[in-house]
Amino acid sequence: MSIRIALAGNPNSGKTTLFNALTGAQQYVGNWPGVTVERKEGRLKGNKDVVLQDLPGVYSLSPYTLEEVITRQYLVADRPDAIINIVDGSNIERNLYLTTQLLELGIPLVVAVNMIDVVRKSGDTIDLGKLSDALGVPVLSISALRGEGLKEITDAAIQAANTRALPRLPYVFDGAVEHTLAHIEEAVNHRHHGGLHHHHADGSQHEGALTDEHLKRWYAIKLFERDTKATEGLHLRQEDLDAIEDEVTLCEQHLDDDAESIITNQRYAYIQRLMEQSVVKKRKPGALSVSDRIDRVVTNRVLGFPIFIVVMFLVYFISVTTVGTWVTDFTNEQLFGEGFSLFGANVPGIPQAVEGWLDGLNTSPWLKGLTLEGIIGGVGAVLGFVPQMFVLFFFLAILEDIGYMARVAFIMDRVFRKFGLSGKSFIPMLIGSGCSVPGIMASRTIENQRDRRMTVITTSFIPCGAKLPIVALIAGAIMGNVWWVGPLAYFIGVAAVIVSGIILKKTRMFMGDPAPFVMELPSYHAPAMGNVLRSMWERGFSFIKRAGTIILLSAIVIWFMKSYGVVDGRLAMVEDMDHSVLAWLGGLVAPLFVPLGFGNWQNTVATVLGLVAKEEVVSVFGVLYGVGEGALDLVEAGAFTDLAPIAAHFTQLSALSFLAFNLLCAPCFAAIGAMHRELNNIRWTAFAVGFQTALAYTVSLIIYQLGILPQGGFTVGTTAAILLLLLILYLLFRKPHRAELAAAQA
Amino acid sequence: MKTLKDVAIGDTAVIKRLHGEGAVRRRIMDMGLTRGTQVHVRKLAPLGDPMELTVRGYELSLRKADASTIEIE
Repeated sequence: MSIRIALAGNPNSGKTTLFNALTGAQQYVGNWPGVTVERKEGRLKGNKDVVLQDLPGVYSLSPYTLEEVITRQYLVADRPDAIINIVDGSNIERNLYLTTQLLELGIPLVVAVNMIDVVRKSGDTIDLGKLSDALGVPVLSISALRGEGLKEITDAAIQAANTRALPRLPYVFDGAVEHTLAHIEEAVNHRHHGGLHHHHADGSQHEGALTDEHLKRWYAIKLFERDTKATEGLHLRQEDLDAIEDEVTLCEQHLDDDAESIITNQRYAYIQRLMEQSVVKKRKPGALSVSDRIDRVVTNRVLGFPIFIVVMFLVYFISVTTVGTWVTDFTNEQLFGEGFSLFGANVPGIPQAVEGWLDGLNTSPWLKGLTLEGIIGGVGAVLGFVPQMFVLFFFLAILEDIGYMARVAFIMDRVFRKFGLSGKSFIPMLIGSGCSVPGIMASRTIENQRDRRMTVITTSFIPCGAKLPIVALIAGAIMGNVWWVGPLAYFIGVAAVIVSGIILKKTRMFMGDPAPFVMELPSYHAPAMGNVLRSMWERGFSFIKRAGTIILLSAIVIWFMKSYGVVDGRLAMVEDMDHSVLAWLGGLVAPLFVPLGFGNWQNTVATVLGLVAKEEVVSVFGVLYGVGEGALDLVEAGAFTDLAPIAAHFTQLSALSFLAFNLLCAPCFAAIGAMHRELNNIRWTAFAVGFQTALAYTVSLIIYQLGILPQGGFTVGTTAAILLLLLILYLLFRKPHRAELAAAQA
Repeated sequence: MKTLKDVAIGDTAVIKRLHGEGAVRRRIMDMGLTRGTQVHVRKLAPLGDPMELTVRGYELSLRKADASTIEIE
């Protein structure tokens, strides 16, 4: 039978490094069910019978953050055979706080004091024997980064699992608290032995109920802390609960503090005593370490901001403009285009190669069209982003690994928290101005689920590179080359982020306790290339895997709709898009866009095809309005007079309205796929796309209807626009309902 | 009431009591800011908020709004 070992520890304790070192390539990366938190599992290198479960990094087992709840639930309900508790030796005081809680779960445990090389280098000493004696479990030193002590720690964990050697509880709490805990255990026991049959008369088995004697201590402490989330599964009788409440209140009065504080304070007081016995620090308090000195410069009041801007510029410049673009252009134009030459030999591009292959097989034209235009065209357009994404993920991993990412949040927090976003949302938005897809994926670095969701939903409002041809077309060919259309596009994007942030922040979905911004600023250290490359690969690959499905399916559907039409009463392939299913559907939907000023089937079809890739809007205009195939090239060349046939179909006002709609509505399929990858929930993805499109419609309606007011007079449309404007203002400035607040907190 | 928010940069204070409630309060305690703990105020972020503290030998950032719920001696 296999042994299940859980890996638990603080964030920044080197847990990921240890997990990678222990499992090697034997990993399965997924998500915890229904949430955006990553879940990793793997088999121990050299011993396939041992399954390692990497738990989210947490500071405590309190019931508040998502990561804490996941960790708790796993430990209490799934009961691994042993826990390896990884502890950062260079920051041992706070790290042991979690240890004191893990010990109470009644699961065999070994403590791995990590970064022992750093500890040694700083001249500090940790007496592992004394720690082990006091904590009642094996305590070993390791260096996950250098692969030191790994065999010993896994052997100890396996042995603990096999012998079921339970931790002997350390003396953490004082007499008064222990007294109360004993009474609580008694009350719980009473229910366990005496009341069990009555309560289970219905034959139900409650999850987490006292089926495991070893959890007695854990539940007693949770009852003391009034942690109802942990104890509701116990189904205690009201009289027992009342008795417990009396005991706790008595203890609180005695110690002049509330129960939660009493437990926390005594844990830390215990650790302090432990530290005095077993840890000798060489560095005097107040003396500066290397990391301190780096931090002094990097987040300096004066230099902090300029340095931040330079770092961000470099990340953006390298991943979006230079290296990223070279690789992306290669992928798009050579690999998925005309081919390239390698050492003098001519290598055909994938489409040519596949076309040759399909011709050789004598395939029917529809299958050829589907494969070449639909699948390779659609998927190729998206795969083009992948190299760029890998470059970006490489830099993000470095920023995270060296400890700068926490400083990004530190520096930008003040700006972003007003809109319900995190300081770390800055990076997704910045990258999103190049391409939304990696931008959305970059939200992975945000810890708080609410901030992460908000960032995912709003990032694509920032105009990406592919939307710029639309902006250029409208500015150049329709607006007479005025300077302000470009800035206006960015203004609309940023305003949409801010407005959505404020509005959504007040809704039930995003309300509740504000995300506590009580954040550790980890010490700086040199990046571990192994970790960086692995993180880059995992993130990049998970995009291909998850987003790929959505992209592939939509590429196929769109291709069928645009290539097929009803000819002589039968469904058949059509030459002209005018006769396609898509054109027919466009005509059906077009009336919806009449109030926005661009309600004909051509504009509708262009918008829909923009979902494949936003620059498609311009190409489709070219085809449908008689400019020809090369409209995109004409825009790039600035040949706006040649684009006059397109301009003829717009007024300046309807063009602006069309622009606003296309900037804000659902992004391309690749970005929707990325959103789905990050939100990990089909309802959230549907909400995000719906919200974006509804906002786009509202903004365009307001622009167009208020714009035609001087000529058109007051109409039904004007009324609708004014009402929607008022609604937005109301949603922006309203105070959330008390009832809503309460509901969200419950 | 003197709170952590009022401590000048470079000064050290001792925590007397935590006000506030719920998740934020618990989080503050979990991170080691408990009664009697020494806290050193390192600096402010370039935009003036949040603050950076040294507590129990590591660096912690805390918004001023949350710091104002921490009473000091």
